[in-house]
This record gives sequence, structure tokens and C-alpha cells, in this order.
Amino acid sequence: MKKATGRILTAISLLVLSLLLWWAEGHLDPYMCRILSLIAINAVWAVSLNLIYGYTGQFSLGHAGFIAIGAYIASLLTVSPLKKARFFMVEPPIWPISVIQWPFAPSLTVATLAATFFGFLIGFPALQLRGDYMAIVTLGCAEVIRVFIMNLYPITNGAMGIKAVPLYTTPLWSWGFLAFTIFIVKKLGDSSYGRAFKAIREDEVAAGTTGISVFRHKLMAFTIASLFAGLGGVLWAHLICSTDPNAFTFLLSYQVLVVTVMGGLGSLTGSVIGSTIYVALAELLRPLDTPTTRIQALGMTIRGHPGIRMLVISILFVLIILFYRRGIMGSNEFSWQWLFSKLQPIFKRKGAGREK
Amino acid sequence: MTILKVDKLSKRFGGLVAVSDFNVEIDKGELVALIGPNGAGKTTIFNVITGLYKPTGGRVHLDGKDITGLRPDKVTALGIARTFQNIRLFSHLSVLDNVKVGRHLRLRSSLIAAAFGLPGYRREEEEIDRASMRLLERVGLADVAQEEAGGLPYGLQRKLEIARALATDPKLLLLDEPAAGMNPAEIRELMGFILRIMEEFDLSIFLVEHQMRLVMGMCPRILVLDHGITIAEGPPEEIQNDPKVIEAYLGVEEE
Repeated sequence: MKKATGRILTAISLLVLSLLLWWAEGHLDPYMCRILSLIAINAVWAVSLNLIYGYTGQFSLGHAGFIAIGAYIASLLTVSPLKKARFFMVEPPIWPISVIQWPFAPSLTVATLAATFFGFLIGFPALQLRGDYMAIVTLGCAEVIRVFIMNLYPITNGAMGIKAVPLYTTPLWSWGFLAFTIFIVKKLGDSSYGRAFKAIREDEVAAGTTGISVFRHKLMAFTIASLFAGLGGVLWAHLICSTDPNAFTFLLSYQVLVVTVMGGLGSLTGSVIGSTIYVALAELLRPLDTPTTRIQALGMTIRGHPGIRMLVISILFVLIILFYRRGIMGSNEFSWQWLFSKLQPIFKRKGAGREK
Repeated sequence: MTILKVDKLSKRFGGLVAVSDFNVEIDKGELVALIGPNGAGKTTIFNVITGLYKPTGGRVHLDGKDITGLRPDKVTALGIARTFQNIRLFSHLSVLDNVKVGRHLRLRSSLIAAAFGLPGYRREEEEIDRASMRLLERVGLADVAQEEAGGLPYGLQRKLEIARALATDPKLLLLDEPAAGMNPAEIRELMGFILRIMEEFDLSIFLVEHQMRLVMGMCPRILVLDHGITIAEGPPEEIQNDPKVIEAYLGVEEE
């Protein structure tokens, strides 16, 4: 198959996808729109983790911290001063938070850059360590960020969080940013820098003696990964419309990890598939968490109970990993060539059937 | 003209003296071998020269420039490339990508140019692609360019590791036991290969080896190391008959 054919097919499918999303925004109810956006946001996070863990091999558990920074800064910059004055009940907000109100675009830019900067700051000491030690430090840093947020009442409103964040994230926006994230991370992964990242994952010592400045490249990957984590955080805040410190616990980093590993480490296609499965399951199984649910099965009545949902998701996750050792996609990516090679035998068989 | 000058190099690990007062001077275009029994400190010397270990004492000069204690990537950028005793390829990358990684240190485009695929970067990438393919053709790995490096047969993996080192444009190549695990026929081929790339790429080579056949057959000058100390230096005939060398390798008869 020619390269040009693939490009045309990609262009057509992107166009169809945006038309579908545009239609969805107008016709689907807000609940469905929200789920569509959640899939895209989780995929942005997973793609970001893929850059640092899947490509560069650095096990980071600090995503919740960068997501929180993106979400909080975007919320603080966009909520109107009047509302802030009303919600900050323990202590009034300090200047300039008390007076500022920015539109979406500049707020998104600043919040994303702030997450990037924190990524650089935390990556600097954390990436001096290797393997599990690095994972522990990033995990700790994310918790430190959350504890700061919980207690800095004049800036973050502490445990009460920020309410009435304007709803900006529509399916078109979130999927648009997902496309941008995939485009950049894929381009980077295939570039000379991406090869250097992967060389570090394969063998740090050999990468060093082959001329790769190991620490510098780890820091690059980590910083860019926090950029996209922060971007996802901004979109998330403008979708959920309230930013609460309890959303950014270790469980969020774990959730990003689950999505990434389930889809396949090193596969961006896998990140999108993993995110779709995860969000869909979390929504479909929501009744299990509701105490009023009654399910009749095998002559028994099973009652809903908060927490059952995560139990079921975890079991399904274990099953997926049992059948697909390296995640659903492994480290493979979707390509038109791959699709045609899969479709060809089906069409051939059909053709043969008609001849008879 | 001296390309590598190692002066009174020593390395201790706690109380263990791995290398003590090691000296060597290698001229441009020279092929020098370092031999010695297991645990003599040969690989440690390589690790200090390439910056993987910091020396306890002594200096290393490359082309008159002091490179003592520099980071491995800086040492490589200045012109020393190496291979490892136990092959260390980027196993899950393709053969071509392994070699391309070796070109990364010469890349001028920024991360942003690469992320957006700007024209300047695209030109450089094409150049990297051409240079890497040419290199693979010259070492005879062009047919397996797209295969996963970890899946290659052993002999080709050795060759690829050397090719990856060559991709960094070295002046001096350090080979750590290139013939380990090879049979006599493969060793003969390897000897020819080393001599050929030495000439074609205008290299000086410093190699560590256990295979006497390879060392005696092609290295005009040999250094013998035992317990971190240089016990002999000279041409093969001299080394073969040196009582100290025989003692180090075979032990001495008790009277």
C-alpha cells in the first residue's frame, strides 16, 4: 500500500470522526457527551504515561500531581472573582486569585505550562534514581502536591475544593486535544529523540556509551509527559466543573497506569482502547456501587455496595492481563496496512464462497 | 601521534585494588591488545576510560584533551566508542534503529523541531537514515536492517554492536572481548572484519581479549595485566615467552 493512500484514509477518518463528534455535541445528552470526553481525557493521560514509562522505561507514579496542578490552576484562573469570594469560606482568597478571571485559551496555556514546570522541578531530583526508587519518589511528590492543596486555604480553598468551574470541555475539544497529544507523542517517539528514549529503556549503560545524555533525555521525556498530564487535568476540571483535592489521590495515578498497561505499554492506540474500555466499564458498572440496586442472579439477590465496582474492574483487569500478557495492543500501533492485512482473508473467503 | 594516553590510572572499590598505576599510550592507527587472566581489571580499565567509573587516581587524555571522569556520553562525543563483553544491544529496537541511536549525539535539531517534524529536522532525519543504511551496508548488515536486534544470531549481534559504535564517528574504538563465545572460523572472520573497519574508518583500536589466537595473530603490541598491575608489554613473540606472563596464566611450579 502506498504512503499517500494511508494519508488520504487518515484524513478521511479524521474528518468523519470530527463530524461524528460535532453531531454528538448537538444530539447526545450531556451525560453521553461527558463520557465521550472522559474517554479522551483518560487517553491523554495514558498517552502521556506511555511517553515516560512505555517509551523511556521510567516507572512514574506521579501523574495525579501534575493533573492536579493543571486542574487547579485552570479552575482558579477561570472562576469569577464573585464566585470565588462566595466559595472561599474558611479564608478569603489572596490577591491575585481574588480578582483574576481569564478566558479558556490563556488559562489552559498557563495551567499546562505550570504543570510542565512542576514536572521539570520534580523530575530533576526524582530521575537521579532508578526503577522502583524513582516510582516511590514521584508517588511521594504527587502526595506532597495534594497535601499542599488540601491545606493552602487562601489559595486553593483546601479540602472544600473549587466549585462552579465553567464547563468548557466538549467532546470536540477533548478529542481534538487527544489528537494533538497523539500527534506530538507519536512524532516524538519516531524521531531521533524517541529512539534515544527507547535506547534508555532498553539499556541505560549502553545508551550512555552510545552518546546519549541519559539524564537529560529522561528529564525531557518526563517534562513533556507532565505537560500532557497537566493538559488532561485542565480539560478534566472544565468537564467535571468542580475541583476537589480528593480526586487527585494515588488512585488517580493508579488508574492512569491501569489504562496504559491494559492498552499496551508503548502503544498509543492501546492507550485509546484501554481508556475506552476503562471509562465504559466504570460507567456500565456504576449501578453496583449504588446501595439501592438489587440484582437477581442464581436465585440470590445481590445488593449494590460502594466499592464493588472497582472490585469487578480489577478482576476484569486481571483477566485481560492473563489473556493479553503485554496489554491489548502489546507495543503495536494501528496502521492501515495492518487493517488491510486483517481484512484481506475475510474478503477472499467471501469471494471464494460466491464462486461456488 | 598519540591518540589515547592513560597515565597512572588506578581504581579501588573499597579495599579492593582493581587497577593500579596503569599506563598506556596508543598512537593514531595503532591496534593494541590488553590481555590478562579473569579478574585482572581489564574491563575496569575500559569502564574508567569510557566514563562509566570515576578513577581513584590518574588521568586519561584523548587527543591531548583531558577526559578524566567525564560522563560516558561526553567521552563518546569526543571520539571514544566501545562494545561490551556481554553484548548490550537495544534488543527491542530494529537493527537500523540501533545504529541510528549512535547518530543522535550529532543531531542539531531541537526537541520541538523533532516533535512537530519541522523541515530542518526532516532533512537531518533523512541524512541519519542514509548514513545509517550506508554503514549497515559497509559492515554487511543491510539485509537484516528491519529485524529486531535481539533476534539476530550471536555473531551478527556482535557485528551490530560494533556498527553501533562506529555510528558515533569514533577516533578510538574499545572492544571488550569481541571474540567471546566464537568458534575458530568465526574468530578468523572477525579478525578480518576488525582489520578492515580499522582501515576503512581510520580508527585506532584498543581491545581486551581472552582468545590468544586472535590477539597473537593480529595485534602488534600487547599489554598483560594481572591483579591490576601491568606485568608485561611488547610484541606477541616476546609476550609468549615472558616468564611472568606464563606464571600469571598457568601458575608457577612449586619447588
